[in-house]
Amino acid sequence: MRTIRPVLGVLGVLGFMVTWEVVARTGVVDPKYVPPFTTTAARLVAELGEPKFWSAFGDTLLTWALGLAIATVAAIVLGAVVGLVPFLRRATHTTVEFLRPIPSVAIIPLAILLAGLSREAALVVVVYAPFWQVFIQVLYGIADVDTVAQDTARSFGLKRRQRLRHLVLPTALPYVITGFRLAASIALVLTITAELIIKNPGLGRQIDLYRSAPDVPGLYALVLVTGLLGLVVNLGTRYAERRLLHWHPSVRKEGVQ
Amino acid sequence: MPAVRRSLVSVGLAVGVPILLVLAWALATQGTQNLYFPTPGKVFDAFTSTWLTGATITKHVLPSLGRFAIGVVLSIVIGIVAGTAIGATPWLRSLLEPMLEFFRAIPPVALVPVIMLILGIDDSMKLAVIVSGSVWPVLLNTIEGVRAMDPVLTDTSRSYRIRGALAYRYFVLPAASPQIMAGVRLCLSIGLILMVISEMFAASSGLGYQILFFQRQYMIAEMWSGIVLLGIVGVAVAAIFQLVERRVLHWYHGSREVSRG
Amino acid sequence: MADKAPLLSVKELKKTYASATGPVEAIGSITFDVHAGELVCIVGPSGCGKTTLLKCLSGLLAPTSGSVRLDGAEVTAPPKKMAVVFQEYGRSLYPWLTVADNVALPLRAQGIGKAERTAAVERAVEEVGLGHAMHKYPWQLSGGMQQRVAIARAVAYQPEVLVMDEPFAAVDAQTRADLEDLVRRVWQDLGVTVLFVTHDIDESVYLGERVLMLTNSPTTIQEDLAIDLPAERDQLSTRALPRFTELRTHVYEQIQRAKRGELVR
Repeated sequence: MRTIRPVLGVLGVLGFMVTWEVVARTGVVDPKYVPPFTTTAARLVAELGEPKFWSAFGDTLLTWALGLAIATVAAIVLGAVVGLVPFLRRATHTTVEFLRPIPSVAIIPLAILLAGLSREAALVVVVYAPFWQVFIQVLYGIADVDTVAQDTARSFGLKRRQRLRHLVLPTALPYVITGFRLAASIALVLTITAELIIKNPGLGRQIDLYRSAPDVPGLYALVLVTGLLGLVVNLGTRYAERRLLHWHPSVRKEGVQ
Repeated sequence: MPAVRRSLVSVGLAVGVPILLVLAWALATQGTQNLYFPTPGKVFDAFTSTWLTGATITKHVLPSLGRFAIGVVLSIVIGIVAGTAIGATPWLRSLLEPMLEFFRAIPPVALVPVIMLILGIDDSMKLAVIVSGSVWPVLLNTIEGVRAMDPVLTDTSRSYRIRGALAYRYFVLPAASPQIMAGVRLCLSIGLILMVISEMFAASSGLGYQILFFQRQYMIAEMWSGIVLLGIVGVAVAAIFQLVERRVLHWYHGSREVSRG
Repeated sequence: MADKAPLLSVKELKKTYASATGPVEAIGSITFDVHAGELVCIVGPSGCGKTTLLKCLSGLLAPTSGSVRLDGAEVTAPPKKMAVVFQEYGRSLYPWLTVADNVALPLRAQGIGKAERTAAVERAVEEVGLGHAMHKYPWQLSGGMQQRVAIARAVAYQPEVLVMDEPFAAVDAQTRADLEDLVRRVWQDLGVTVLFVTHDIDESVYLGERVLMLTNSPTTIQEDLAIDLPAERDQLSTRALPRFTELRTHVYEQIQRAKRGELVR
């Protein structure tokens, strides 16, 4: 079974491609709306030769990376401050629980208002939800510090800074890394979303341009690209998480807390 | 600290800090004619005059929430039904896993133009947009939850010949339910976002459409009020989910509390 | 007893696993019979394939060769007339069901009507002494009580054969003594045939009418020993009998030999 698994996976991918091709070519769906797989794939390859594709790709990556970095750093700093001071934690709880579920898209009109149709506006959108994701994880991580270990550390006379370094940090680290992994995916999705709506340079804007042209094969090709990009980010961060946390006894399960 | 005083402080903090923040907001915007940050008072007025009128509620709010509700219910049903079937069949799982991972990685908003091409711009398109993005967490989490069922419990069910619908209802579903609920939580937040997005494109009504409309018309206080409303909806959905989750997973929380000592 | 056909008949049972380092012969060849109403204990050194044997007996695992027959019919899937009590009681009970619902579920699977079910559940739960805990959840109970629920579930199922896989290994010593007596009482009251797997030598001698000793992998039967202790047993007096000590010493020696790989003929 173990050797069969990757083979089945490849079969599944091939099956999808074949089904797509057949459905488009036999006219089950109007080929004007769904170009065959081969056409889309050919277009994808063609796109890879276009400088304007790579410039859009680079813009998306830059926005994503910037937004993720800002969100992560801010979340770690603020999360550490709030997490380590019990009063602040209790005080900000309701505010956090109200701001957190606000859909990031609701931020879009606000962002446009503040910064116009620019990358800065997109960054506001890209930062919002990932920030909360990492922030919450930092809080969980700090709260998870074993009380027995804490008492032991205090009875050994460890200073606050030493306790932070040797006790809080290792406990909170897996949470932060998991939060970062989730934030990375969310940030990418929001980057594309922002580009589609705010129309700052990037793959999302290209998709919108192809939609309105209308350049249907180009549209589908770019959707495939965003999927592949998302896949790379998801798998890459999952791999990094496994490597970084291979020492940790409990492997965090995504979502179940 | 005695218990009563403690809970008073908690309540005080819970209510007090947001009030303080609002007051700070009011003070900061007092007297200025800042275009982008109206005073809380103006936002409150805009809120009541825009969203609490009968016309707006029936034309924009209710249809939006209705689509959201139908969309997430569809996603949950499809996700659980397909997820249990796939999760219980190892070869099917291996076959579909790469494609499912790919589909989940596509930013849902990128599929909106594709869906618009195929379905036009009516309600079915908006529903399809919501489902296209919110089904994945439920589907993938259900697959994982079913796959990871405790082998001892599986052996027990097999040896007592508990099969079919009974096994599904009393074994498979409850065993996977913690994972499924985690997926549902994500499904709800993604669904809400997609509800708004689906209305920002070539729509003529709905919450998302209205907020964008206000922004374009520079009706700032109204726009802010819309954002506040979305925030309230988000909080309400999260709160309802918490209640349901606590009930459905009461056994899970109970057993974890016990094992944590 | 010898002229009646055996209830459970195991012939040249063999189980080989494929592993990363080549095939592993978990069970070499096991042959034994169990007659109706017997209480047979199975002991062996750690890792000797006791659990594999149990899984083959209860139809959870298919043997590589050889056969297991219950009532003359070959066991290829979990048979209807057999109930298993697992070692990991915590993981064998459904945490989302109450004690009563846990005990009732196998009966529901058999299509037994509600009234009859409720009566059977109440009887079984009372039999194991948990009448007061019918509507509690398994995780609200102690380890010993959880195992009682598992036993109640097996009892309510009214099997012909009750298979118990090291059921008291994870339970504290005092609780274990109570549970051992519970097993003997259930066995005598219901007239059910019991197959009891354990690593605890004293337990196997205290409980069993026969003790089957297993060798190391590839597992075979080292010896099939008849326990000639009185039928009425209790923890204090039985364990103080000189015959008890003789028997347990003999079993202990055999197990040590089994660990060293010496077969006794």
